[in-house]
Amino acid sequence: MKRVFGDLHLRLDVKDRAEMVRVMRRVAALGYGLVGVPLAAETRGEEVGRLREVFGGVGLDFVSRVDLRPRNAGELVRVLRRVRRRFEVVCVLCENKIVARQAARDRRVDLLSFPLLDFRRRFFDEAEAELASVGLSALEVDVKPLLVLEGAARVRLLSWLRREISVARRFGVPVVVSSGVSAELLLRKPREMAALGFLFGLDKVSGLDAVSRNAGAIVERNREKLSAGFVAPGIRVVKEGRDC
Amino acid sequence: MKRVKRRYLALQVDGEGVPSRRELLDAVWVAVARLYGEYGARMTGLALINYDAERKTGVLRTSLATLNLVRASIATIKSVAGNEAAVHVVAVSGTIKALHKKIPKQM
Repeated sequence: MKRVFGDLHLRLDVKDRAEMVRVMRRVAALGYGLVGVPLAAETRGEEVGRLREVFGGVGLDFVSRVDLRPRNAGELVRVLRRVRRRFEVVCVLCENKIVARQAARDRRVDLLSFPLLDFRRRFFDEAEAELASVGLSALEVDVKPLLVLEGAARVRLLSWLRREISVARRFGVPVVVSSGVSAELLLRKPREMAALGFLFGLDKVSGLDAVSRNAGAIVERNREKLSAGFVAPGIRVVKEGRDC
Repeated sequence: MKRVKRRYLALQVDGEGVPSRRELLDAVWVAVARLYGEYGARMTGLALINYDAERKTGVLRTSLATLNLVRASIATIKSVAGNEAAVHVVAVSGTIKALHKKIPKQM
C-alpha cells in the first residue's frame, strides 16, 4: 500500500492567508498528504473548518493540533479536559518531570515533546517510555534544530536523540518525525526527513514509518474517537432505533 | 578486487541564486564533512557527474555503502554559495540510464 506522508508540526501563520497557501503548495509539491498545524487553544470549530477547506484546495489533509505547555500535572489535566474533543492531535511540551510523567500516562495525549536545547529537561527515559507505551502517546522529534544548529550543539542533540530513540524502540513507543519549521527553504521531502532520522538511529523502514504510518495512525485513531458514532475503541453506533 | 557498488542521486537545488558546479559540490562536501568528519567524507566517493546550472539540477555519484550518510548530509544543507538554499534528492538509482527514467519530466 502506498504511504501517505505526513508532517504533524508545520508552523504556519494561519492569519497570513497568501503566505500560508504558498507554503502549502510547496508542502504538497514535496510529497506530503497530511499536514498538522498548531493552533491556539481558543480556535473555534468554524475556523478549523475553513482551514480544512483551504488545505483541501491544494490537495492536503489538514490536521488540527494544539500544543500544550502546562506548568504542573493538575494544569495539564484541566487543559486536556477543555481541548481534547476540539483538536485531532494534542501535543504536550514537557518542561518538567511531573508534567512529562502525567502526559505519558494520560491516554488523551498524542505526542510528547521535550525542550530541544535544554538537555537536562529531556525526561524521555525508561520510566517515561514505559508509561508512554501503555498510554498510547508517541515521541515527537522536530528536525528543525538539526538543520539550524551546528558544531557541538548539534553533536549533543544527536547524542541525546540517539539515546531517546533507542529507549523508545525498546519499549515500543512510536516515534513521529516532524519538521517544526516555518520557513519554506527549511522544508524537506519526506524521504529526506527519514534520512535525517538515520542520524539518530532510525533505519530506513522506521524512518519512513516515522513520517507516514505513525503520524497517520494517530490522526486516524483520533478522528474515529471524535466521530459522532464512536462509543469506545471497537464499538460504534451503526444504527439508532427503538429497543427491540 | 571487489567492485564498488554505486548509486546515482538526481539533485534539485531550491533557492535564490544560480550556484556553479563547483559551489554545489563544495556545499555537499562541507555538509558531509560537518556530519561525519573528513574520515567519513573520504569513504563516500562523491562525484558530481553532471550539472545543469540553468535548471539547477545535477547527478551526484556515491558509493552504496554511504548512501544514507550522503542523503542525510544533503538534507542538512541550508545554503549554497552564500545563498539560502535547499538541495532535494529527486531520485536515486543504480545506473544513470535508470535514473533518467525515474526523474520527473519537468526537471
